[in-house]
Amino acid sequence: MTARSVRSLSGALKPLFSNRCPGVYGAASCNQRQKSTYTPPPARYGGRHTVTLIPGDGIGPELGNHVRELFRFCCVPVDFEVVNVDSSVASEDDINNAIMAIRRNGVALKGNIETNHNLPPSYKSRNNLLRTTLDLYANVMHCQSLPGVRTRHRNIDIMIIRENTEGEYSSLEHENVPGVVECLKIITKTKSLRIADYAFRTARAKGRRRVTAVHKANIMKLGDGLFLECCKEVASGYPEITFDSMIVDNTTMQLVSRPQQFDLMVMPNLYGNVVSNVCAGLVGGPGLVPGANYGEDYAVFETGTRNTGKSIANRNTANPTAMLLASCLLLDHLKLHAYASMIRRAILSTVSETRLHTADLGGQGSTSEVVQSIMNAVQSTGPQTLSI
Amino acid sequence: MERPEKLQQVFGTTLTSHRNKSSLTRENIPPPAKYGGRHTVTLIPGDGIGPELLNHVREVFRFSCVPVDFEVVHVNSAVETEDDINNAITAIRRNGVALKGNIETKHTMAPSVKSRNNLLRTSLDLYANVMHCQSLPGVQTRHKNIDIMIIRENTEGEYSSLEHESVSGVVESLKIITRNNSLRIADYAFKLAREKGRRRVTAVHKANIMKLGDGLFLQCCREVASGYPDITFDSMIVDNTTMQLVSKPQQFDVMVMPNLYGNVVSNVCAGLVGGPGLVPGANYGHVYAVFETATRNTGKSIANRNIANPTAMLLASCMMLDHLKLYDHASSIRNAILNTMNETRLHTADIGGQGTTSEVVQTIMRFIQSKGQLTSEY
Repeated sequence: MTARSVRSLSGALKPLFSNRCPGVYGAASCNQRQKSTYTPPPARYGGRHTVTLIPGDGIGPELGNHVRELFRFCCVPVDFEVVNVDSSVASEDDINNAIMAIRRNGVALKGNIETNHNLPPSYKSRNNLLRTTLDLYANVMHCQSLPGVRTRHRNIDIMIIRENTEGEYSSLEHENVPGVVECLKIITKTKSLRIADYAFRTARAKGRRRVTAVHKANIMKLGDGLFLECCKEVASGYPEITFDSMIVDNTTMQLVSRPQQFDLMVMPNLYGNVVSNVCAGLVGGPGLVPGANYGEDYAVFETGTRNTGKSIANRNTANPTAMLLASCLLLDHLKLHAYASMIRRAILSTVSETRLHTADLGGQGSTSEVVQSIMNAVQSTGPQTLSI
Repeated sequence: MERPEKLQQVFGTTLTSHRNKSSLTRENIPPPAKYGGRHTVTLIPGDGIGPELLNHVREVFRFSCVPVDFEVVHVNSAVETEDDINNAITAIRRNGVALKGNIETKHTMAPSVKSRNNLLRTSLDLYANVMHCQSLPGVQTRHKNIDIMIIRENTEGEYSSLEHESVSGVVESLKIITRNNSLRIADYAFKLAREKGRRRVTAVHKANIMKLGDGLFLQCCREVASGYPDITFDSMIVDNTTMQLVSKPQQFDVMVMPNLYGNVVSNVCAGLVGGPGLVPGANYGHVYAVFETATRNTGKSIANRNIANPTAMLLASCMMLDHLKLYDHASSIRNAILNTMNETRLHTADIGGQGTTSEVVQTIMRFIQSKGQLTSEY
């Protein structure tokens, strides 16, 4: 029995396997699992990790290629298993293959898969399907003002933790009476507790002082009321962290006038969507912010605002920063911290150069120039790189 | 409906035929001035800064000799019975027009206690919430030249207050979208756009996820758009909309959307033009109209401290005067307000100054007096 199957069945069969574990990997990894700190998928083939890559649509494929180029150049010990998902067919085979690949590898990097409006409503959003099937319950987005990018607001440092699997995105809708559609928004106690727990643990791990829950409990008393209650429950276990709550409309208004007041925010799915887009807009746009989706067992990295960018696809004008920073988050997750910080430093130094800014930041640089400059920056810092 | 008959008896056939035309725009006839040429308007003080701001409105109206009498109806947000709000609704049915402060929704009460504001909007079927966000010349903001009109569906959507907990720990909230209401609000939006000479209407939605619900809304908007070839119609997903709003808000003209997105987008826009103290809001139905501040804040923390910004409430009262067809009074008060806004030393705390509410109101009254119109002696 490999450690992978141990991990996936551990919940149900822990007693059975606790004897077997020491045989394969020693007692250490089993104890770690029970401690519920995450162990990355073991590097199995000659010390190299395998990561699923889903190119997606629009600018996804080209940015995914740049990531691979950069990794190859920096000799990062990561191999990509590419799984294509065709968004124009109605069958779910493609996305099921992708999900299986992610289960196999444990980690993925993805571009956004387009949701075609012309297909019937029974066709679910592929991205949503992926998130719910793999139970990637926490979407984490860290919005920071980058030094080289000029924005209207300065010194923004907000961490947004958004529930990723339930809420308004349940895709449960029906039309009992013609002309009247009911959409169900589901809020459950278990998931709310889980996301609140994740938020507070992250706050503690990152040394954050304040957690704000965003809700609309004055109108949706039961639903968002339950979410708020769960957050309060969890907050009582973290006395060093201040907890407060704010209604979503006031939150968005405060975000556009004084975003520096926010530290870490936790919220249900739809508000998370809106608030994360507002914050992305405040720090410079969709091309700069990476996003991560974490579950108990899997992690999928992508750009924070999940844009397909169809209108700028294949024109060498897309901003690769978001996707590259997402790949750094991936490296951090795989505990390849040295590579992650090296690439991140190179990206930040490139972003500081205004002449290289791409169109979305108001410049005229091209994607390939930016990537070249990042590679030059990596090479100049000295570690081993491929000669190109 | 007994009203048409009554009106016919009192005012002759002209008025009733106007009524039956059921025009959806703001051309609906104002409630007739019945008592000596003076209109009666319901006033609901609400909580927080509502009472003090509405007192200032009454002060300004009295000073400018506006022919409006206020019928004050108090709504106590701390009790569970619905008598207070029902009285208020009856008063509004009687007068046809109201000016209100926000009524607090206490979280500590049972979930069966519905939001009073919501109850008012749905009972009176005030289906369109209109908010006009404009950059004011005297107020310094990060973005300039914003001029966005937001039309938000006001009665259904996520605010149906229909929730249940069939299984303990699992709550289902229903978001209702109906064809009738969507057609109605889309129609209102396009009529208003045409009336105001607007070139573009953008529908804000999340139909990639809520395919049936927001899909129906979008479809209704498209249907109505086909009847207005002179106005460009496009649609945008709500997350992209909010991101565009914080980077390039000048691209938007008129926006129409369901209830919750309307709430968020209108607050973002209010934040962009200077905050909750500056923007007035109006709720229109076929028969009734209620005016309030656009972002519906109670402002409990700044209540009774003479630091609240009266601009939003005063501009809302000007909108009410426009609705009552008292245009001269409306423009004179509005000009006075905008002139006062230009004086930075009078700005209240929310726009970065240190002025007090009463100073602002005094200055407004002085401007009105200096224009030479008839004012009462002070």
